[in-house]
Amino acid sequence: MSTALAQNRGLGAMIWDYLTTVDHKKIAHLYLVAGGFFFLIGGLEAMLIRIQLMKPDNDFISAGLYNEMITMHGTTMIFLAAMPLIFALMNAVVPLQIGARDVAFPFLNSLGFWLFLFGGVILNVSWFTGGAPDAGWTNYAPLSTVSPGHGVDYYVMGLQISGAGTLIGGINFLVTIVNMRAPGMTYMRMPLFTWAVFVTSALILFAFPALTVGLFLMMFDRMFGSVFFDTAAGGNAIIWEHLFWIFGHPEVYILILPLFGAFSDIFSTFSKKRLFGYSAMVFATVLIGFLGFMVWAHHMFTVGMGPIANSIFAVATMAIAVPTGIKIFNWMFTMWGGNIKMTAAMLWSVAFIPSFTIGGMTGVMLAAAAADYQYHDTYFVVGHFHYVIVGGVVFGLFAALHYWWPKMFGKVLNEKLGKLAFWPFFIGFHLTFFIQHFLGLMGMPRRYWVFLEGQGLEAGNLISTIGAFLMAIGTVIFLVNVVYTSVKAKKVSGDPWDGRTLEWSIPSPPPHYNFTQTPLVRGLDPLWVEKSEGKKGMTPAEPLGDIHMPNASILPFLISLGLFIAGFGFIYQVDNKAWLILVFLGMGLTLGSMLTRSLKDDLGHHIHKEELEKDLEKGAGE
Amino acid sequence: MSHDDVLNPKQMPHDPEKATLEGKNKFLAFWFFLGGETVLFASLFGTYLALNRSTAGENTPENLFGLELVFIMTMLLLTSSLTSVYAMYHMKNHDFKKMQLWLGITVALGLAFLGFEIYEFVHYIHEYEFTFRSSAFGSAFYTLVGFHGGHVLFGLCWIVTLMIRNSKRGLNLYNAPKFYIASLYWHFIDVVWVFIFTVVYLMGKVG
Repeated sequence: MSTALAQNRGLGAMIWDYLTTVDHKKIAHLYLVAGGFFFLIGGLEAMLIRIQLMKPDNDFISAGLYNEMITMHGTTMIFLAAMPLIFALMNAVVPLQIGARDVAFPFLNSLGFWLFLFGGVILNVSWFTGGAPDAGWTNYAPLSTVSPGHGVDYYVMGLQISGAGTLIGGINFLVTIVNMRAPGMTYMRMPLFTWAVFVTSALILFAFPALTVGLFLMMFDRMFGSVFFDTAAGGNAIIWEHLFWIFGHPEVYILILPLFGAFSDIFSTFSKKRLFGYSAMVFATVLIGFLGFMVWAHHMFTVGMGPIANSIFAVATMAIAVPTGIKIFNWMFTMWGGNIKMTAAMLWSVAFIPSFTIGGMTGVMLAAAAADYQYHDTYFVVGHFHYVIVGGVVFGLFAALHYWWPKMFGKVLNEKLGKLAFWPFFIGFHLTFFIQHFLGLMGMPRRYWVFLEGQGLEAGNLISTIGAFLMAIGTVIFLVNVVYTSVKAKKVSGDPWDGRTLEWSIPSPPPHYNFTQTPLVRGLDPLWVEKSEGKKGMTPAEPLGDIHMPNASILPFLISLGLFIAGFGFIYQVDNKAWLILVFLGMGLTLGSMLTRSLKDDLGHHIHKEELEKDLEKGAGE
Repeated sequence: MSHDDVLNPKQMPHDPEKATLEGKNKFLAFWFFLGGETVLFASLFGTYLALNRSTAGENTPENLFGLELVFIMTMLLLTSSLTSVYAMYHMKNHDFKKMQLWLGITVALGLAFLGFEIYEFVHYIHEYEFTFRSSAFGSAFYTLVGFHGGHVLFGLCWIVTLMIRNSKRGLNLYNAPKFYIASLYWHFIDVVWVFIFTVVYLMGKVG
């Protein structure tokens, strides 16, 4: 509604609107566009990797460029594509699912987005300034500390800035879910997606500071002459591995849990049944989150921690298969006997179950520490984590985007094109990665620029590359669908799927205050409770009255811009101390903007009852 | 609640920091934030414990640290935590002037602490040539203790900003949560120092 208004005022006004917005629904749009853009860049990098490995002894790209390509593919996909796309869903859906008018800290929500974006831009600027990071997405010392040029410096600054944004987002959603739930929305009535976001946010809160410290140590070693990872001066390179994986392993659950939540909502909606084993699902989510912190060293079995440490981490890792198994079975029991509608969202979700289960199975294989010595750093590992991340996270993102697209934009994505995108992607995915397990078992190491002729690796690599092209075709069809839908499709009602949860009780897209009157929640699947009693919508928990809303602000953008400028100063002051000017300018802008935020009262504004009544007459409030 | 109510110092409930939804949110978010900060310092402590024997020469913890100075610093910071409790006590009784007074004392103690810490660092660098770059122990020591010092500095700037900003208008429901979470931050810094005192200095002398 307000977007349409902004368009009437011209493009400049719309850009200003998005630069200053604190509305969670618009921030979701920003995350979606930025995350989608980085997803395409990461995908392009993947294609170049696969073309290079299409045939033996290929020289399509140089060895150095190949290292940059694998590093940036991993880093981009994890930090700049998957995370922000998940934040897009969180922002678009969570406040609506709990009956809130916005998140707890709308200003910080905006700050989180701009920090992520500027961090991502810093990382990618490195392509144009003499070379991207090339020490792998794990950036192990001492390879990273001796990597020449500024590539790794860009990695450090980019991830530090975008990581701060993620941490802020995590705290924001924790508080939102604890404090902002509508009357009657008890914890055990929250939709599974909200539950998963809650647990994910806790993981972000406790995992990201370890990365922050790791990146600081890396920054000090590379830019300020400390010797944390320099064994010659008594340093210890393994510290980086520990800090990285204390963050890095919870990170994979940060990625997958929100999509587990989305799948739960999708299975339930399109099977016309309440979720099977709701409390077991909640328990499994929390347990996965908890165990996720106990297993980081399974990435380091070959480091030489000794058989006892390896055994403990192996057993803890295998234990995670139990709650994950609970989830897999509960999803199947949810569909069992249900009135199943095979929409595009459902198609991605159903395909997820076997795909992810294969990834889980190879995960248990890798968890066997003794066997891991054989798999370690081979394509078996590459196959494994792409099965969980593409088969889990990417399938989940496609499913969730199909499911919530009408809530975000008021139009249903074309179902035919949706299914047409699914099949090449699904087939291509298995072609690409299934064979990689066997390439790994045959001894093909990961991260190598070329493989040799006559070692039996040709056919597998060619099949893998063909699969990658099919995935690219699927992605392009999805993009065509997005354009086609926004041009051709008609607006739909607020509840196109006959939904069960609160977000479907309000118009699509929702008015910027979401709920004209805060709803009263009377059970699990609150909208379904009302529907089954023959009512059309939710019962309000309050009379129609003034609504308090936060003010827009440019400060989050300026705070992030300051860190962006300072980032370049930090990177280049190694060459010439004059660059420190940028550090002072940038930090000045950041701290000055923070000071302004502190000094200037920001009490928000009220939307008056009369305006709400006008909106209701126009049918916006339903 | 209208804006006038929020900014009106005449109508103050008993817990002004948690009387509004914004206040409740800030209160909870800050506790979560301190949880994250705990992981941050835990990572730094872990790094320090892994490297504190990598001294490369004579500059070992035993030779460097003097417990007299560190004892004074500990007393200063512990006392400043107590004075910030007094400040919050007066905030809850809506006595703005006394709150400002005790916050002022807190800031003065914090500044003294910071002065001693800077003296300590300068002393190590000039007397012992023990620097950030001289050994892995040096890197880990200055990073851990320096991160804490940086937090002290940020906390001082924060509290002073709040005191100056609100000096003319007194307490209200809008700024009470701000004062309260600044004091929470100050307590956290104090707790971290207790661990630094134990792990870095005491264990350094006897370890």
